[in-house]
This record gives sequence, C-alpha cells and structure tokens, in this order.
Amino acid sequence: MSAIASTARPAPQTTQMLLVVLKARTFIALILVFAFFAFAAPNFLSTANMVIMSKHVALNAFLAIGMTFVIISGGIDLSVGSIVGLCGMVAGYLILNGIDIGLGWTMQYNTIEICLIVMVVGIAIGAVNGMLITKLNVAPFIATLGTLYVCRGAAMLFSDGRTFPNLSGNVEYGSDTFRLIGAGTWAGVPITIWMLIAVAVLAAYIAGRTPLGRYIYAVGGNERGAALSGVKVNRIKLFVYMFSGLCAALVGLIISSQLVAAHPATGQSFELNAIAAAVLGGTSMSGGRGRIGGTIVGAFVIGVLSDGLVMMGVSSFWQTVIKGLVIIAAVVVDQAQQKLQARVALQAEAGA
Amino acid sequence: MTVSLQIRGGTKVYPGTKALKGVDFDLHLGAVNVLVGENGAGKSTMMKVIAGVEQLTDGQVLIDGQPVQLNGPDDARRYGIGIVFQELNLFPNLTVAENIFMGRECTRAGIDINRGEQRARTRALMARLEQDIHPDTLLGDLRVGQQQIVEIAKSLARDARILILDEPTSALSATEVEILFRVIGDLRRQGVGIVYISHRLEELLRIGDHITVLRDGRITGARSMQGVDLDWIVRAMIGEASKDYAKATDHPFGNEVFRAEDICLSRPGGMAVDHVSLSLRAGEILGVYGLMGAGRSEFLECVIGRHRHATGRLFVEGRPLTARSISGRIAQGIALIPEDRKNDGLVQILSIRENMTLSSLGQVTTAGIHMNLGAERRRVGDFVKRLVVKIASMDNPVSSLSGGNQQKVVIGKALMTRPKVLLMDEPSRGIDIGAKAEVFRTMRDLAAQGLGIVFVTSDLEELMALSDRIIVMSNGRVTGRFERHDATETALVAASAKGHSLREPAA
Repeated sequence: MSAIASTARPAPQTTQMLLVVLKARTFIALILVFAFFAFAAPNFLSTANMVIMSKHVALNAFLAIGMTFVIISGGIDLSVGSIVGLCGMVAGYLILNGIDIGLGWTMQYNTIEICLIVMVVGIAIGAVNGMLITKLNVAPFIATLGTLYVCRGAAMLFSDGRTFPNLSGNVEYGSDTFRLIGAGTWAGVPITIWMLIAVAVLAAYIAGRTPLGRYIYAVGGNERGAALSGVKVNRIKLFVYMFSGLCAALVGLIISSQLVAAHPATGQSFELNAIAAAVLGGTSMSGGRGRIGGTIVGAFVIGVLSDGLVMMGVSSFWQTVIKGLVIIAAVVVDQAQQKLQARVALQAEAGA
Repeated sequence: MTVSLQIRGGTKVYPGTKALKGVDFDLHLGAVNVLVGENGAGKSTMMKVIAGVEQLTDGQVLIDGQPVQLNGPDDARRYGIGIVFQELNLFPNLTVAENIFMGRECTRAGIDINRGEQRARTRALMARLEQDIHPDTLLGDLRVGQQQIVEIAKSLARDARILILDEPTSALSATEVEILFRVIGDLRRQGVGIVYISHRLEELLRIGDHITVLRDGRITGARSMQGVDLDWIVRAMIGEASKDYAKATDHPFGNEVFRAEDICLSRPGGMAVDHVSLSLRAGEILGVYGLMGAGRSEFLECVIGRHRHATGRLFVEGRPLTARSISGRIAQGIALIPEDRKNDGLVQILSIRENMTLSSLGQVTTAGIHMNLGAERRRVGDFVKRLVVKIASMDNPVSSLSGGNQQKVVIGKALMTRPKVLLMDEPSRGIDIGAKAEVFRTMRDLAAQGLGIVFVTSDLEELMALSDRIIVMSNGRVTGRFERHDATETALVAASAKGHSLREPAA
C-alpha cells in the first residue's frame, strides 16, 4: 500500500495543477476573450466602451445570479424575462399615471416607493412560481413556463402593447430621480454596477456563509435526503424563486430607467442568456453545484463576447452560432473536470 | 436430477469488500434450489453473476459442463436464464402485455407490433398463473404482489430453463404465495431449474429440494433438503462461533426516554404500521426484528415525521412530541439514520463536512444567518475523531468514502443534533465486517452515555448481540416482545412469520 502511494505521489501533482486550471477555466476564457478583442477590435479598451459593456453584462448578471440559486436547488426559472418586461411596465405606469384610488384622487409615488412596489411585484411573481412548484407539485419547467406567458400577456395588457414613453418623472412627486438608476454614477461607476456588486456580494454571502445557502445546495443535491435531515425543503424552494423574481424586478427597473421608456416586449429570451451564464460559470443543471462568482464570470464571458463581436463587425447570425459553441464547449470541459475531481478525491480517500 | 449450471471458485470483489470468496455452487435442473444467508452474505451477488449482470473477478461459470462467459443479461438470456429481482424492473407507465414483451415484442415484419398476439399470449400466461389480470391494465395500477406475478410471467414468456426468484414472496399475500408455489411445482415438473431466495425459512423447508447456505461470501452448507430442519439452517447461517460483537458494558438504564402509543400508518389496501406501541429507557438498545415489508422502517419514519398522515402519540422524556415536521422533531430530540444511505442518508454531491453538519447548522450559526465556518470545521473534526472516520480531507465529496465511513458520517450527522433517541434503520447494511464491529461499538458507547437507541435489523446475530430488549414485527403489527436473555432464534423467527405463514401458527 505504501509502495503504491509513494510511486503514485508525483502523478497527483500534475493532476492537481490540471484541476486548478480546469476550475479556473471560465476565468481563463474571460481573460483570453478580453485579450483577443483588445487587439482585434479598435476602441475595445476605451473607458466609454468599458462602461457600456459593463452595463450590458450587468443586466444578464442580475438574472443569472437569481437563476443560479434556482438551478442549484434543482429547478429552473423560465419566467424571468417576462418578469423583467412586466416590472418595467409597472414602473412606467406608476410614473406616468400613479394609482387611481377612486373619487377622482390619484396616488403618486416617489422613486423609492416605485422601486419598492416593483420589487414586491417581482418577489410576488416568484412566490407564485414557488407555490405552484411546492404546493401544487407542478414541475418547475412547466410552472415557470406558465408564468412566462401570463406575465408577458399582462405586460401587454398594461398598455395595449404600446410603449410607455418619456419616463423622466415629475419633480413634484419626487419621481424625477428615476432616471438615475440607469444613468447615474457614483465615484465614477454607474449606479447599476454598484447595485450589481451589492446583489452579487449578498448572493455570495447567502451561498457560502448562511444555513439558507447550504440548504439550497442540499435540496438540489438530494431532496429526500435533505428533507430527512430536517431541511424545510418547501421554504428553500420558495426562497429561490422569490429571489429570482427580485433579481428580475431590478433588471426591469434598470432597463426602463436607462431607456426612459417601458416597452412590454422587453426581456424576451433573457432567461436563456441567464441560464447560459450560470452554466458557463459551472452551475450543474442537475442541481447541487454552482457558484455565484462563477456565474458572474460566465455572464462577463457572454457579454464581452457579444459586444466584442459587434465591434469587430461580425454578423449577428455568426454571433449566435459562436455563443452556442462556447456554451457547449464549457459543459464538455465541465464534465471532464467533474470526472477528474471525483477520481482525485477517490484516490485521496482510498489512501486515508 | 441433472446439474446444469455450476460456479467453480467464484470470487467477486467490489471496491472495499469481497462479496464472494471462492464459492462452488451447483444448480440442479428440475428442482428447487433454495439459497439462504443473512443480508450481505453474497446471495444477490451470486445470482447477479448467474444472470450476467455482474461478472466474476475470479473463477468460472459452467453450463452443461462448458465454461461460459456471461457478459451481460442478454448472454444469460440466450442460455435460458431468467431472473426476477427483489426490486422489480418494470415500467409502471406501460400495460401488462407491453411489460411482458418488452425488448422482444411480437412483430409483423420486425416493425409493426402485433398487439393481438401479445394480448393473447399474455392472457394464456395469466391463465397459467391463475391470475385475473387483464393484458391492457397499466402496470402501475396493479398491487405490488400482482406486479411480481407479471415479472414472473415475463420470465416464463421467455421459456426460461433456469429461473431465479430473489425473495419473490416478500410482497405477496398468502393466496398469491400459494399460487406461486403451484406454479413453481409445475415448472419443476417441466424440468426448469429454480433458484429460490428467501428469508422465510418455513417456505424454504416446504418447497426446497436442495439447499445452499451462504455466510460472508462463503458457502457454509450445501445438501439435499432431506433431513434439513430450522436448527440446521440457522446454525449454517450464523456459524458455530459467534462473531465478537460482545456486550462491552453493562450499565443501568435510566428513566423512560421515549414512548410510542398506537402508531398507525395506512397504505393502499391495509396498514403499513398497525397500532405499534413501545417504550424505551435511557441507555437501552431496543432491537426491532422482522422480515422485509414488516413495517419496521415505516414505523421509524412515522416517528421522525416523514408521514404526515400517521396517527398515534409520541413522547420524549414524558413530554408529548408536538412537532409535526421533521425539523421540529429533530429539535425535540429524535434523530434517524435511514436504511437507504445513498438516497435518504446523504447528499452525495456535497462534502463530508457539509453532510455532517446539515442537520445541526443552527449550532454554528449566529442570529440565524451567519455561519461560523471555523467552528463548523472544528465540530466536524471533533466528530471525525470521536467516531474514528477515516478520511483524507473533510472537503472531499462524501461519495468518495467507503460504505462504512459513509455510515459513520450519517451517524455523526445524527449525533450532532444532540438527540435523546436515536433511530437506526439497518445500520450495518452494505458495510464490511470491520466497519460493522466499529458501528456496533459506537452504538454501545452511545447507549452507555445515556442515549436511547431503537435499531431495526434483519440480522439475527446482530439482533441478539446488541439488543437489551427485542420487538418483532410482522405485517405492521408487533408480534413478539422479548427480553434479551429469554429470546431464542427459533422464537424470533416464528414471531416474524406470524400473519405471513401459510398455515397460521397457533401461538
């Protein structure tokens, strides 16, 4: 036994190195993509471009963070794109019209109140998803597909399919600051990015340092086992869909603020980009595995790739093809990493 | 009678354990070859080898005297070997006829399935098995016993020359067992070689022609059934010299720590747990013995709160157990070590550390939010040392451990919740002898520290060695209560067969 161990020792050194490289693959990919465009696309490294690009990435990153929790718990949330659209419309409606409370009176809201209401709407839709999945036992794919349609339809109904234009707000009501969400900066960095940092840090903290986060992983890894260990599985599932709804609501707010308008078709197919970012970042679709940091890097890879290709003048059709290939490659490499990791662990434990 | 299939020097090694150690087995045609042994003795492994599901590490299989290589179930099927596994391999979403002809459908020109013929042949098979099951019934709509009949019909449809039945009666009612025995008799007369595995020794005595006893991967007895009695079987199963699980400490028991009154759990067509009452004192180990499906695991699941519709009253240290949820019951001092380690006990994808603390994260958490990862590591390290878990790193996935070490992780998880009552469902299943002894020593130590332990086992030797008191369950009911010193193996076996037995025993 000892003879085997001593001869086998040098090999794991290289395996360990390979494992480190594989684990950091998304990050390495990001650096490579970045370096490539820095040479190939003029103005890629300009500050203006960085700001624009980070804003693009941020929108997907918000959704991807929420999606990561959902996927780790073993589910899927297809409704986020529609929640983005609906929440944008709610924000637009509140700014333009307020709420008619009858008798000729109308309630008007300031920016903070509008943000809170929109966030509650997003969380509530997430709660509906969670209820459908936990109480009525609807498969997550179907439940969120249903809310995808319902929310998109509801967004259209808000305005008969028209855009709410000119959401610059009203000083009297205190809603003129709404534009700052998308356009404002603090310390030279867009507010949107500050929000992303806050949400990402919160999510990473939940995932790594709270029992809630641990339970999300446990539920996704083995629901029955988690339940028998005393984990309140339904509450955990409810939380992940509500959190995902909240993330989508934030994106709805940001987009309508950036555009100073709300269009009911906003957010179409955003859910697919979010899933792609999570998977690219190493989240396992079968649940139980994934990291917030990985997801954010994944969102950056997708964002940098598409913006860079645009700047290089690559046709959008080719962009789509390339994006797909990158995702497939990421999953294939992920499989290799899992196999290697399992083998290394088995060897280590066999020697223990 | 002819010997048609032989295993010579059969050895099968799994990572970590040796399931078969040089066995020589003869399968007689036109006879019922019964196979007995405790859980983990190697019966199922040997049958899987014959059915081509597993391949021998060493040794060979001979059919009609010729060595053969069975590389898969298809190879075995070509030699006319059919097997009915303990776990049914059927499709609940398909009809009975579709199940029976799965993979070998009656077709016209190899494309179009001839449903009419399949139906007719299924009807003929069912008539032969005296079952009133319509060929178009969805399999999922049948009772488990009927599903077992379908599984047997499936092997019959293939004209099996050798038919292996792995615990076929565990889910059958008395009348269904009678029918099965008649069918077995027919098949035997037609020259089919039958291998019959069962824990119900009475059944074996009744229908067996040849008996083979396995213990720890070795054959400890093989003879014709003439002159075999229960005592001989039990001796061959358990061995003359008992393994050393010796009761290390004799400590006084404390006050009553747990009581269950009238626990009932209904299931389709009967009661899984039928008015079970028991009480347990601090420091006591209560063994629950019974056959598969006797309701033992279900009882433990009722106590931990897995079945919301279970009825009855539970008390911990005299106070009623008010919580309905599993987490609530854990908080009130109950902990369960489930039978199915892989699916119920552990989250395979998570690390050893994360598995161990899953039930007790509250103890390392401030304000319900912030986990102290350092304190978590220290706690895990502490329990790893106490339970002598052999690991290289607590951050490796739990799936990389051997069965015995995985079980210790599950035990650690339960103990971290500081339970007053520990429920252990088959704690020694699927772990090797050395690890078993360590698990048992741990159980003794815990009892000596004042923990009350209820443990379920199908292993008589384990039961006798560890229990301070014994309860026997059968068909969801308690059919026997014994003190350790006045329990005999024969009495236990008799009690475990009550309500199952073909002739209802007088007692």
